Amino acid sequence: MSNLVILPIIIPLIAGIIAVFLNKKVVITRGLTKIFIIANLAIVSYMTWIVFNSGSIILETGSWVAPYGIILVADPLSIVLVLTTNIVAAACAFYAPYSLSLKKEQHYFYAFYFFLISGVSGAFLTGDLFNLFVFFEVLLMASYALIVLGGDKVQLRESIKYVLINLFSSILFVTVVAFLYGVVGTVNMAQIAERVQEVEQKGVLTAIGILLFFVFGTKAALFPLYYWMPKSYIVPNPVISALFGALLTKVGIYSILRVFTLIFIHEINLTHEMFIWIAGLSMVFGIIGALSTNNIKLIVAYNVIPAIGFIIMGIGIFNQDAISGSVYYLIHDMIIKSALFLIVGVIAYVAGTSDLRKMSGLMHHYPLLGWLLFVSAFVLAGIPPFSGFIGKLLLLKGALTDEKIAIVIIALLTSLLILYSIMKIFIRGFWGEKNTTMELGKRSMKGFIGPIVFLLTFSVVLGIGAEYIYPSIDTISAYLLDPEQYIDSVLKE
Amino acid sequence: MKINDVILQAITKIVVFIILTLAVYLFFSGHHTPGGGFVGGLVLASAFVLLCLAYDVETVQKGIPFDFKYVAALGALIMLIVGLGSIVFDVPFLSQSFTSMESSLFGKIEISTVTLFEAGVALSVVGVVVTIILSISKDV
Repeated sequence: MSNLVILPIIIPLIAGIIAVFLNKKVVITRGLTKIFIIANLAIVSYMTWIVFNSGSIILETGSWVAPYGIILVADPLSIVLVLTTNIVAAACAFYAPYSLSLKKEQHYFYAFYFFLISGVSGAFLTGDLFNLFVFFEVLLMASYALIVLGGDKVQLRESIKYVLINLFSSILFVTVVAFLYGVVGTVNMAQIAERVQEVEQKGVLTAIGILLFFVFGTKAALFPLYYWMPKSYIVPNPVISALFGALLTKVGIYSILRVFTLIFIHEINLTHEMFIWIAGLSMVFGIIGALSTNNIKLIVAYNVIPAIGFIIMGIGIFNQDAISGSVYYLIHDMIIKSALFLIVGVIAYVAGTSDLRKMSGLMHHYPLLGWLLFVSAFVLAGIPPFSGFIGKLLLLKGALTDEKIAIVIIALLTSLLILYSIMKIFIRGFWGEKNTTMELGKRSMKGFIGPIVFLLTFSVVLGIGAEYIYPSIDTISAYLLDPEQYIDSVLKE
Repeated sequence: MKINDVILQAITKIVVFIILTLAVYLFFSGHHTPGGGFVGGLVLASAFVLLCLAYDVETVQKGIPFDFKYVAALGALIMLIVGLGSIVFDVPFLSQSFTSMESSLFGKIEISTVTLFEAGVALSVVGVVVTIILSISKDV
């Protein structure tokens, strides 16, 4: 028993409630937001240290023992993701005051921002499938409010799609949980895993697993289900896009990673083989989307899809290297995607447009911004020594061990095209003559650069410091491939 | 044309108290039998909604001068504080405790921390429901 696990969920909740009360006093709210998020980051870092040194922290809330009560599990995977979430959130907290108008800040931005973080942390930490649904709802409620913040016409149009698709997948989610409960008689993930193992995933269990995959696939924006994602992610303010791009789809992919390494692992030839196909298709279609547009925000939003493809590819291959690669790539992608969304947010702000055809010569006025974009393109595409490289190396190593050559070729080609799609922003937007029609150099980047540099530092450290970080990632993947550890730590047998 | 709603207003004045009594009853009965903060809160909110229908929003706001968004937030805050109490006593989050005592008026009654938590739930439900109803009615 340790109440530590609940802190990353309730600290943001308390902060959010305080932000509701102080919504008109923006200056105080800004200050408190920064204090709370840094305190939360410190607590989560401390928890990470504990988890890696002395094993998972488990909390049985209300003294109801597992599997009867609601349990929260901070195991190596979830705590690392909560830590990354808080890093991204901290950067966004410092970026937000410069990016948002006063009116948007007063319209409960900070409250919903904290509710979103609380929901995301909860989804990572819960050990109970029904509570995963509940925390999905918490973060979706917050995201519904954030996506319409400002209330532009285009935002309302996109939010209808967004709300409908998420509502539909939530209905399917709770239905599938009911199916699963009907078959195995529990919603505790450890106990489900144990019972599915006992019957060797016979009967309808595989079908339920695939249904669950489609639910999470919708949230994660996988190949056939991604169509709602890119356009709805670019309509809110950049800082909100950064939060969405970094956190929301990743919660979906985390759920797939958790469920298909813990519960549905006995029909790998069927389920995990399908994942590899979907991974390949996600990469191809995602990158085609990114290359097809001249809207810089849309380019970055489409780049979310191939990244999800890379992660699901590792889950599909399902050996130690590939799972390490997936986990590494997941962490790397959360950080770099938010950094990229923040960068294109600044570009669109200083250029006054997000259309590439109307930009050129930004380098003359904003050299630092140009180089930040350049570095992040390298990080994203996986040029050594940056973090994308380590993740992809592990994934490809895993794929080659299992002789999945086709996916390796697709992955490598996609990486090249990812580099091209971001470099296109650099070449067309930053090179070239000074554009006289644009009023460049007038808008200051003050305040925007700090958070971006903060995030990129983590990306660079993840890459260059891979030698020190890799052992932890290896621990996580070994842990994921041995579900007994999770089951034992939760059910204490 | 102004609609004549004398009957509605006259009945509302009485019915609201019946609804409020039912809400309080449901709230307390939730301890062992069906009911509780959520249901009690919904019924409580329906009293406010009925008032808004019979009179108009401005009159009701004059009589009950709260911002219901803050009521919802206050409810959530109470829930969290009750939950945090268990951290102070070093038991798992949301653990509850209860005791019973003799009272001359009601006989044996049970006092538990759950009631406080449920009060938070009820406030949140009232706040959220009334906020939703008021913001829908604003645009029409």
